[in-house]
Amino acid sequence: MSFIRFYAIAKKEIVQVLRDTRSLIIVLIMPVILVLLFGYGVSLDLKHLPVYVYDQDGTQQSQDLLKHFQASEYFDVVRVVDNYRELTLALDSGEAKMGLVIPWDFARRLANGRPAEIQALMDGTDDNTANVLIGYTQAVVERYSLQVQLRWLQGQGQTVQPSQISVENRTWYNEELESSAFIVPGVLALVMSVIGAFLTSLTIAREWERGTMEQLISTPATPLEIMLGKLVPYFVIGILDVIVCALFAVYWFKVPLRGSSLTLLLSSAMFLVVVLAMGFFISVIAKNQLAASQLALLTTFLPAFLLSGFLYAIEQMPKALQLFTYILPARYYVSILKKIFLKGSPTALLYVDLVPLTIIAVVLGVLATNSFRKRLP
Amino acid sequence: MLSRIKQMLIKEFIQVFRDKRMRLLLIGPPIIQMLIFGYAATFEVRHVSTVILDLDHSQASRELVSRFTSSPYFDVRRQLTNPREIQELIDRGAATIAIRINSGFAESLRKGQKTPLQVIVDATNSNTALIASGYINQIALAYAKEFQADQINRISPQLSERIPSVRLEQRPWYNTDLRSRWFFVPGIVGTLTLVLVVNLTAFAVVREREIGTLEQIMVTPIRPAEFILGKTLPFFLIGLFDVSLIALVGTFWFQVPFRGQIWVLFTGAILFLLCMLGIGLLISTVSSTQQQALVTSFFFIMPAVTFSGFGFPISTMPTWLQYLTYLTPLRYFLVVLRGTYLKGTGMEILWPQMLAMLAWGVGLLGTAVLRFRKALD
Repeated sequence: MSFIRFYAIAKKEIVQVLRDTRSLIIVLIMPVILVLLFGYGVSLDLKHLPVYVYDQDGTQQSQDLLKHFQASEYFDVVRVVDNYRELTLALDSGEAKMGLVIPWDFARRLANGRPAEIQALMDGTDDNTANVLIGYTQAVVERYSLQVQLRWLQGQGQTVQPSQISVENRTWYNEELESSAFIVPGVLALVMSVIGAFLTSLTIAREWERGTMEQLISTPATPLEIMLGKLVPYFVIGILDVIVCALFAVYWFKVPLRGSSLTLLLSSAMFLVVVLAMGFFISVIAKNQLAASQLALLTTFLPAFLLSGFLYAIEQMPKALQLFTYILPARYYVSILKKIFLKGSPTALLYVDLVPLTIIAVVLGVLATNSFRKRLP
Repeated sequence: MLSRIKQMLIKEFIQVFRDKRMRLLLIGPPIIQMLIFGYAATFEVRHVSTVILDLDHSQASRELVSRFTSSPYFDVRRQLTNPREIQELIDRGAATIAIRINSGFAESLRKGQKTPLQVIVDATNSNTALIASGYINQIALAYAKEFQADQINRISPQLSERIPSVRLEQRPWYNTDLRSRWFFVPGIVGTLTLVLVVNLTAFAVVREREIGTLEQIMVTPIRPAEFILGKTLPFFLIGLFDVSLIALVGTFWFQVPFRGQIWVLFTGAILFLLCMLGIGLLISTVSSTQQQALVTSFFFIMPAVTFSGFGFPISTMPTWLQYLTYLTPLRYFLVVLRGTYLKGTGMEILWPQMLAMLAWGVGLLGTAVLRFRKALD
C-alpha cells in the first residue's frame, strides 16, 4: 500500500467529482431536499375528513347528533344530500371519505326507548384513513349515546352517575407526535445509500464501460489502492451530507438531538463504510452503469426505504420478512438514528445495533477488497 | 421514413435484449420489488407490544385489562407490579405502550368522577403511536359505556330494558376488511413503472451520448423525430409489459381484486407512460453522463412518489404542498389504479384524471422533442 499511489487515484477521482459541478451540487443539496420531502409530505395525522350526510330523519334529534360531528375537528360536513345515489357517487369519486346516513325512524326509536342505528358508509380504499375514521366516528356516536341515556334517565326521575374514563396519553420521546421527528432521522440512511451505493457503483462501472479501468489496471497501483482511492472522495461527501442532514433536521424541523453527536457521526461513518463497500462490490459484478444502478437500487436503497423501520414498522411485517431484516445494515443504522435523535439513549443501549453493524461492515469490506482483482474480464 | 424508424427500432430492441443481464433486469427487479413492497408496506397497527400495571386489583380493573389482552391490536407481554419497571421497558424498546390503572379506579368510576387511565406511548414512530392511542380510546370508551349499562341495570332492571341508545353501523366499502395490502398494491404498480421507465429512457439516450454513438446516428439521414420515436417506442412497450406483469402479480399473488374494466386501466397506463417517457427524455437532454442522469432522475422520482398520495394521504400535507401534488402525474394514475382495482369505477368518473395525464404527457413529450431537436442540431 503506497500512500502516493493512493493519493494520486483519490486526486483523480476528486477532480472528476469537482468537474461535474451539477452532480456535485445535487449531491450536496439532495439531503436538504429529502429532509424537506419527508418532513412535510409524510403524515398520517388525519383531520377535516370530508363527510356527506344523508339525514332521512330530519328531526331536532338528528340535527343534534349532526352538531356533534360538525363540532369535531376531524370531520368536515361538506354536503347534505337527500338520496343514496349522490352519496355513492361522492364515495366513488373520492369527494367524500364517509357518508353518514341517519335513518328515518331515528328520533322515533329513541323516543320509544329502542336502540337507533346510524350508518357510516366509508371509503375503505385507504385502510388507515378508514380505521381512523371509524375510531373518531365511534367516539362521537358513543358519547352522544351516553348523553341521550343520561337525559332519558333524568326524565324518568333517576339519577345515574355517568361513567367516564379519560385516557391520559403521555407520549414519550416525541411528545407532540410530530411525524417529521419520526421520519427525518431515518432520511440519513436514505441519503447514505444513495451517495454510497449509487454514486460509487456508477463511477467504477463507468471506468469498465469506457475501458479506462484497463488503463488503471496497467498502472502499478494495487487493487486496495485503487479501491480506497475511488471510495475516499465519496466517503467525504457522505460525511458532509450527514452533517447537512443533521443540522437541517435540528434547526429546520426542530427534531431533538438528545444523544451524543459524536456517536451519531461514528455510526454514520460505519454505515457509510457498509454502503461504499456494497457499491464497490456491485460495480465489480455489474460492470455496466445501468445494471449497476438497478442492483444498487435493489440491494441498498429499497431495503433502507422499506425494510429498515424508516417508514414502515418492522413489527408489522410478516415474520419471515422480519427475520430477513436482521441481515440488513440499514435496519441497525435506522434504529441507532432514532435512538440517538429521539430517545437520547446512552451508548450502552446502542451496542445491540452497533455490534451487528460493525460485523457487517467488516465482512463487506473484506468481500469488496477480494472481489476486485487486477485482471481483465 | 417508416423504414428508418423500423431500423432504429430493430437496433434498440437488439441492444436491450442482447445482454442477458438486461433481459433479467426487465423482469426480475420489478417482480422482486413488487413482492418486497407488497409485504413490507403496511400501516396496519396490530399486536403492539404492551405492558399493563394494575394497581387497583378490582374486578373492574381486571375486566378492563382483559379487554386489552383479548384485543388483536395489543399484545400484552407482561402484567407489571412495580411502576418503576415501565421506564426501563419503554427505554429499551421492549414495550411500545404501558397502561397504568391507578388504585381507586373502580371506586372513582362508580362515583361518576372523571376516571383517569394513564397511557405511556413510545412515540418514536408517531404513526403507530397515533393509531394505537386511537384504539386505546375506543376500548376505554366502550368499557365505560358497558360499565354504565351495568350500573343502570343494577339500579333498575326495568329501566335498562327500555333505555334508548345510538349504535353505529360501519360499512367500509371497496376494501371491506380494511387490508393495508389492498391499498398499497395498486399503487406499487404505478410507482414501479415510474422508476423503471424514467430510468431506462434517460439512461438509453445518455449512454449513446457518453459512448459517442449519438454522433454516429446524427450523421445518418435519420430525422430527430424519427430518432426519438425509435428510442421511446421500445421503452413504451417495455413499460406496458411491466405494468401488465406487476398488475398480474398483484392480482394473482396478493389476491387484490380487480373490479373495473381492463381497458380503462390500460388507457390510464398508456397516458401515464407518455408522461414518464417525456420526463425520461427531458432528463436525458440535460445530462451528459449516466451518473448525471441517475442523480437527476432520482431528484425527480423521490418527490414525484412522495407527493403522489402513494403512501400518505395528500390531505395530511400542508396546504401549499397539496397544490404541488398536482404536478406529479403519478397522482392521477394512482386514482385510476385504485379506482379500477378496488372501486370498479369507469371512465365516467376517471376522465378528469385521464385528461390531466394527457395534458402532462403531451406537454412533457413536446418539450422533450423540442429540446432534443436543439441538442441534435
